[in-house]
Amino acid sequence: MHSYNFNFIGEKLTALRTGSLFWEEMGILCVSDLHLGKTHRLNRIGAGALPPYENIDTLKRLQEDIHNTNPTCVICLGDSFDDPLAERSLSTNEIASLEVMQKGRDWIWISGNHDPYISCKYGNYLSSFSKSAITFRHIALRGENGEISGHYHPKISVKLSKATVVRACFIADQNKIIMPAYGTYTGGMSVRSDEIKELVDPDAIVMLTGKKIRAIPYSSFF
Amino acid sequence: MFESFETSAQLLIAPTGSGKTLSGFLPTLADLYLNPSEKLHTLYISPLKALASDIKRNLERPIDELKLDISVEDRTGDTKQSTKKKQRVTPPNILLTTPESLALLISYPEAPRIFSNLKRIIVDEIHSITESKRGDQLFLAISNLRKYCLDAKIIGLSATVSDPSLIAGWLAPESDCEIILSDPGLEPNVSILKTSEPPPWAGSGGLYSIPEVIEEIAKHKTTLIFHNTRAQAEIFFHNLWLENNKNLPIAIHHGSLDKEQRRQVEEAMVRGELRAVVCTGSLDLGIDWGSVDLVIQIGAPRQVKRLVQRIGRANHVHSRASKALLIPANRLEVLECFTALDAINENKLDSEIQTHVPLDVICQHLLLIACAGPFKPIDIFNEIRSIAKYKNLSRQEFDQCLDFCITGGYALKKYEQWHRLVQASDGFVKLRDPRVANRLRMNAGTIQDSDTLKVKYKAKQGKSKGSSIGEVEEAFAVSLTPGDTFLIGGKIVKFESLREMIVEVSPKPEKRPKIAVFSGTKFATSTLLCDRILKTLEDKRWDNLPDYLCRWLEQQESYSKLPEPNSLLIETFPRNNLHYTCVYGFAGRNAQQTLGLLLTKRMEELNLNPLGFVANDYTTLVWGLTKVLKPKKLLEGENILRGLDLWLSNNAVMKRTFRSVATVAGLIERNLPGLKKSGRQATFSSDILYDTLLRYDPNHLLLTATKNEAMQGLVDFGRIENMLEKTKNRIDHIDLKRVSPFSAPLLLEAGRIPIHGSAIELMLDTEINSLIADAGLDY
Repeated sequence: MHSYNFNFIGEKLTALRTGSLFWEEMGILCVSDLHLGKTHRLNRIGAGALPPYENIDTLKRLQEDIHNTNPTCVICLGDSFDDPLAERSLSTNEIASLEVMQKGRDWIWISGNHDPYISCKYGNYLSSFSKSAITFRHIALRGENGEISGHYHPKISVKLSKATVVRACFIADQNKIIMPAYGTYTGGMSVRSDEIKELVDPDAIVMLTGKKIRAIPYSSFF
Repeated sequence: MFESFETSAQLLIAPTGSGKTLSGFLPTLADLYLNPSEKLHTLYISPLKALASDIKRNLERPIDELKLDISVEDRTGDTKQSTKKKQRVTPPNILLTTPESLALLISYPEAPRIFSNLKRIIVDEIHSITESKRGDQLFLAISNLRKYCLDAKIIGLSATVSDPSLIAGWLAPESDCEIILSDPGLEPNVSILKTSEPPPWAGSGGLYSIPEVIEEIAKHKTTLIFHNTRAQAEIFFHNLWLENNKNLPIAIHHGSLDKEQRRQVEEAMVRGELRAVVCTGSLDLGIDWGSVDLVIQIGAPRQVKRLVQRIGRANHVHSRASKALLIPANRLEVLECFTALDAINENKLDSEIQTHVPLDVICQHLLLIACAGPFKPIDIFNEIRSIAKYKNLSRQEFDQCLDFCITGGYALKKYEQWHRLVQASDGFVKLRDPRVANRLRMNAGTIQDSDTLKVKYKAKQGKSKGSSIGEVEEAFAVSLTPGDTFLIGGKIVKFESLREMIVEVSPKPEKRPKIAVFSGTKFATSTLLCDRILKTLEDKRWDNLPDYLCRWLEQQESYSKLPEPNSLLIETFPRNNLHYTCVYGFAGRNAQQTLGLLLTKRMEELNLNPLGFVANDYTTLVWGLTKVLKPKKLLEGENILRGLDLWLSNNAVMKRTFRSVATVAGLIERNLPGLKKSGRQATFSSDILYDTLLRYDPNHLLLTATKNEAMQGLVDFGRIENMLEKTKNRIDHIDLKRVSPFSAPLLLEAGRIPIHGSAIELMLDTEINSLIADAGLDY
């Protein structure tokens, strides 16, 4: 199963195994926390030169998802760039690949804590974006309904009898969806952590990314 | 005493406990007495912090008694920052340090002044240092500082080894090093402890022997009880106290304990207040505690050499024989213990392992010397090649390391303006931003197997800080869930939380800890011992073996077959709906583990659905969903080699090795001060870096270094090749209806490795379906 369909405040949404979310009716593809240019930022602060391949890898995966879903609008849900200098560090090839993806469709950058601006080289930023009854923003607001957000990089570890598997995941309840981080160089925060527990209801479902997508009740992790 | 003025290097080989360390200092004391000086005269390097402080105590006594005006200080990871700073300005006459601390010392701009008057460099327990990357770290540092003190003499002190010339090569190019062999002393008195209860089938703690061990402690003045891992030491110590009705003063000492706790134990030991110390390798080396009259080794010794050195801890008086007892932890180990006894009696030692040139350590070295000031690459290249081990280091390899330090060494060149090092037009390499120096030093602190986290008691209300108990490996810390109890420093504590790299715990007076493992280094049984075990089985020299062991061997022989030196025994049998294959390679734990990975790789290719494997020093047990009909097919030479490359690139061992290589080389920072603040989701696993490099830059230096290291260390591929060569595809395949006497203990062995192949995806589905069913939901 490469995707998982579920109902969210009356809308049919599809979680893809790659970590992106597709709203077919509106032609919207949503990804969160790309953290493009992370290597650049780490280089700059003297943390050493990590392999500079995370942009290529992230963009390549995004390109595949766009190819498979052919959306009319792509929403990047914040922390798309690691910081303003990182944003300007994209190479010619990377920019070209981004421009190809942007061509012929709407592209919405939502600002995140890493990229809190109103515009960038590659388009304008919005602090949030609403369509129908759904609002897209970077950090979830407590008590908000019909909201899709990112920021927390939710992940989950599942203990099997002879192994532990760690996967980035979506977590969704009746009112909220928190998206997994899409960027290649991103870690995660366990859905068991207090921060995430406080945001979503116990009856939420967790959707694991990976070779295929798998949905599990949130309650089964406690 | 051992002074000779003809050579610039000396290697003194003497058994443990013969007083060789102090003899190394006699010329220093004499010279400083005749020519008092304000400067650093002698640099002493030991592999252990504890050894450095012990030597300090032993040196201070004669200096005080003779009222000599000689300053002695130690400098280790435990030394206060303020003291270290002072030492850089006014170094003592004699500085006692460790390889890690010395590597850091040469990274300061003060280095030329500190070493300018150095007369002697003493490397203690050099046989132990040169066995690991610490040896590389140390000798790279020495190669760098020698230019400040060209006539300094270097002295290596070593326990008995089988090939002294190998070690001499570290000290000076061939023939320039004088080797002095001392009288080996009396034969030690070693036996295997007889216990009322035979050892268990599996396990590694030796707990069954506690009543007898307590009796032995009571019979002797002071006993050292050696364990192979910290976890075992902790569990044993805990259980020893549960049965210590006589309240004998018994303490514990290992490298993960808080330094204050270690110091207290060391001092109590010196004062003669302790009857026994439960310890690990941290007390393995030359600490001179005269009153020890018994050494107990729990668990198979793995190497004869190390066993001999441990035994030497008892009776540091040359005229008396050391007394030691071996306690096999399980039945498999009984055979190994008996074999080791034979080897000791025949004076056979395991041969030295010559390690490859670790490129990651050279990278670290280059980054550190850049912190001291600009350098010319050719000078450093020549310096490094002055060490015998590196005389074949090619300019190309060196340049690759340098390129890694300057640009990251990627095929794709990016972000050049931000590189940590820059090469100026005059050819000098220097730091782009000098403020990065501290960051580099912090990261380069130590070379170790795994990262450790501090364990502290959670602060009580109103108090700002909890007290420190010790350290655990990061991998262990992240496996804990709040409420789990584990052992540390002989106490049971409850895990509360992991906060900013500190494991917070609270005291929990319970009888049994829930989780009791923190992984430690596991040594593989040496080729010498493995070969001798096979020989013992073949020759049927079982007269000395206990009855229960003979029965077990006989059962194996009648139900299946005994392993033989010149063929490879493979058993297959079904159990609980799984199919097992057991390969008796006798190649040591690491190689057997690799064999497990290679076999499962081949099984995956042949659609045999492997699920996992477990290995010990002699055997690999693989299980899967499908029966293996022709095990010979799994082992065919070219197939297994072809699989190796593919397999190597994608397995947990490689990823773990990459993590350590990347940390040593400075790619991954041990402490990421800027990053930790921004929350947990900002740090990501080194596995991601590994996967990315493999995909986009497969020829990168660090992947090469990882492969070199894994092939030799954890992978130990050489021993698999030797085994296949020796058995020349003579495979004895025995298909059994049920588990055999020899393979049964493996079913109980810890450390199972799962195979993340097709089978795991199936199991993940099953697990998730059951989770969903349990929750009464239907998705």
